[in-house]
Amino acid sequence: MNAILEGFRGFARYFGGVMGADAYAKYLEHHEASGHTEAPMTEREFWRDRTDRQDNNPQGRCC
Amino acid sequence: MGKMPDGKARTALSEDALVHDPKLPPTSVDEAVREAEERKWTPTKIAIWAAISLLGGVSWFMLAIVRGETVNAIWFVFASVCTYLIGYRFYSKVIERYITRPNDRRATPAEYKADGKDYVRTDRNVLFGHHFAAIAGAGPLVGPVIAAQMGYLPGTIWIIIGVVLAGAVQDYLVLFFSMRRGGRSLGQMAREELGVIGGTAALIATLLIMVIIVAILALVVVNALGESPWGVFSVGMTIPIALFMGVYLRFIRPGKVMEVSLIGFVLLMAAIIGGGAVAGTEWGAAFFHLDKVTIAWGLIVYGFIAAILPVWLLLAPRDYLSTFMKIGVIVMLALAIIVVRPEITVPAFSEFASRENGPVFPGALFPFLFVTIACGALSGFHALISSGTTPKLIEKERQARLIGYGGMLMESFVAIMALVAAISIDRGLYFAMNSPAALTGGTVETAATWVNSLGLSGVNITPDLLSETARNVGEQSIVSRTGGAPTLAVGLAHIMQQFIGGTAMMAFWYHFAIMFEALFILTAVDAGTRVARFMLQDSIGNFIPKFKEHSWRPGAWLCTAVMVGAWGAVLLMGVTDPLGGINTLFPLFGIANQLLAAIALSVCLAIAARRASFKYLWIVALPLAFAAVVTITASFQKIFSPVPAVGYFANNAAFSKALADGKTEFGTAKTVAAMEAVVRNTMIQGWLSVIFVVLSIIVIITAMVATVKAFRDAKQGVAHVDHEDPAVPSRAYAPAGFIPTAAERELVAEWNKLPADLRLEKAAHH
Repeated sequence: MNAILEGFRGFARYFGGVMGADAYAKYLEHHEASGHTEAPMTEREFWRDRTDRQDNNPQGRCC
Repeated sequence: MGKMPDGKARTALSEDALVHDPKLPPTSVDEAVREAEERKWTPTKIAIWAAISLLGGVSWFMLAIVRGETVNAIWFVFASVCTYLIGYRFYSKVIERYITRPNDRRATPAEYKADGKDYVRTDRNVLFGHHFAAIAGAGPLVGPVIAAQMGYLPGTIWIIIGVVLAGAVQDYLVLFFSMRRGGRSLGQMAREELGVIGGTAALIATLLIMVIIVAILALVVVNALGESPWGVFSVGMTIPIALFMGVYLRFIRPGKVMEVSLIGFVLLMAAIIGGGAVAGTEWGAAFFHLDKVTIAWGLIVYGFIAAILPVWLLLAPRDYLSTFMKIGVIVMLALAIIVVRPEITVPAFSEFASRENGPVFPGALFPFLFVTIACGALSGFHALISSGTTPKLIEKERQARLIGYGGMLMESFVAIMALVAAISIDRGLYFAMNSPAALTGGTVETAATWVNSLGLSGVNITPDLLSETARNVGEQSIVSRTGGAPTLAVGLAHIMQQFIGGTAMMAFWYHFAIMFEALFILTAVDAGTRVARFMLQDSIGNFIPKFKEHSWRPGAWLCTAVMVGAWGAVLLMGVTDPLGGINTLFPLFGIANQLLAAIALSVCLAIAARRASFKYLWIVALPLAFAAVVTITASFQKIFSPVPAVGYFANNAAFSKALADGKTEFGTAKTVAAMEAVVRNTMIQGWLSVIFVVLSIIVIITAMVATVKAFRDAKQGVAHVDHEDPAVPSRAYAPAGFIPTAAERELVAEWNKLPADLRLEKAAHH
């Protein structure tokens, strides 16, 4: 049972990665690791910043 | 510390200066060890590859030589997968060894430019899924369906062989070269490698191609939704659902992407089921029953509003929904085909394979089959994705082969499955659905009579089958539903109902398929308009600097309106075309897409030549030559062919003459206004073809010049100009493929033992 649960969690994590759901966690990791002195953006700020940057830097989607 | 602890490879000058931090384990598997590992053929390895080759060979034999009365769909799966495996294991390694020559001791942009936002090292398996989701859209689902007119074999061969030798090569090379340039775009690379003329031609061509592609994708949606209250309702509902998701992510629970995607998915399913109920009511059927012209105008207005709304409100949530559906549907379709294994009765080569008057698309097999199937075999559009986001996320250089080459193989597999779904339905049904209304007459009786009169072997369709199929999928009519999407949806519903739910579920599966195709396409329309608007703003900005300010509203709105107007005009042209827009415009879509591929391959050719890999330049030259020959031939036929069905100007002349003779109806045009529309449309389409082909020839010639110059320079010992970012030593390690080799596992274990404070990020900021 645990193995199934673990497998499901692994899949959810993978799928989340593909969707980009873990972007904030990765940002925090980077922020902490690179030794910035100022506080990191909050989750709300981060996602705002992320979509707002897309406004000025559009990427095509494929056909 | 002048000497590398790990092996010496054929590397550029700057790479010799890479200084490795002695406190860290090697950042690359030793060259000699890797070589030994690759060259060592254990009995198990030999047995596996022999089995794969054998199975692939048998499958191809079943498809191409035996071709009994029927052929089982499972052979398509085996033939493609075995060929992909062989191509990936052997051919892509040749490219890696002789053209790209990755060096894991070099840091990737995700490492040396790391910012936690755009440049983020991403696990290779996750990135594979991410890249695949970015490149796969509606294209590979539509082209193979339309090409099935020629029979199953030409399309199957082109999809499978084409991807191994052309499509995947392009994607891999563009990804790799862009990665070496810090994730630069195709346009920037063209400018650097081909100079001002080649670069400008590439830029204009890209902009025009983008317009054509968006227009024809939109046409596919219009054709799928026209006179379909169920489809209009459920696809229309995706807009409020996406808006809700956007608000949820912005204000209610920021960052809960999976949660909101699940909610969105449930709402989407409710919209599909609800659509059936709404279309069943009298007011629903009346209110959502829209003709194609109205839907086209709706889409144009939508396109403009969507492109000026902030990304967070509509585009971002729609993206999540689209990715969610994409991966789910493709996995489901693959499972269903493997479980159901439908029998295919379509002949390998149909009667139309040797003629040029097919009702679905006109023109001979060569070159038109090769432009009809673009996505899935060779898609130039991928070059824009491979040079955008993905190169900024790759962890190690050696992973580019898995992501670029491997990702494209996956898309090709999607195309094969779409082909299987389309040819698993009755052949008569296929032609009744995909031929323009001008030929079928639009009713079940006339369509059945017309299809039966084609004299196709084994085709004897009754009006009852047409109306029963329409009833099963919950539509009023399925006659002349061109564009590929409805046929794929019927095929998918046909296969899925045998897997889950039976006939009662067919209507659900049909609208499910229409929904996800519309979802991809609407996202592509929105994003394509935005990208095109920025390109236009930057171009105008060279003359009127104010336009370069992207936040300047009047400029942004004006440029958006221009771009929407451009694709909207082509869309309306297609919708009102008496011959049915797909028939006349789809070849233009394929030609545009593959001309972009020719441009991308030209840039790759010039780069590969600069890197002095002359002996193996054929790896790039081969797909480039093929794409160039196919698209230039197709363009020339579209421009110069005397057959009105094929040549735009021949058609134009025929209709002009009819008008001059005072005729009030001609061919498929029943009124003078319709005839005038044909004259206008063919003139525009003809000149578009001329512009495309001229621009592409300019780009190809400048690439040849750059290649010859590189060759001469190399002979005279002149150092070549390199536009790569300077090499930076890497401070991290990750394996290259899905399954790490023994040596890679050993190295990973070594890195895992490293104390945390020496790991990449900490170490970088001592």
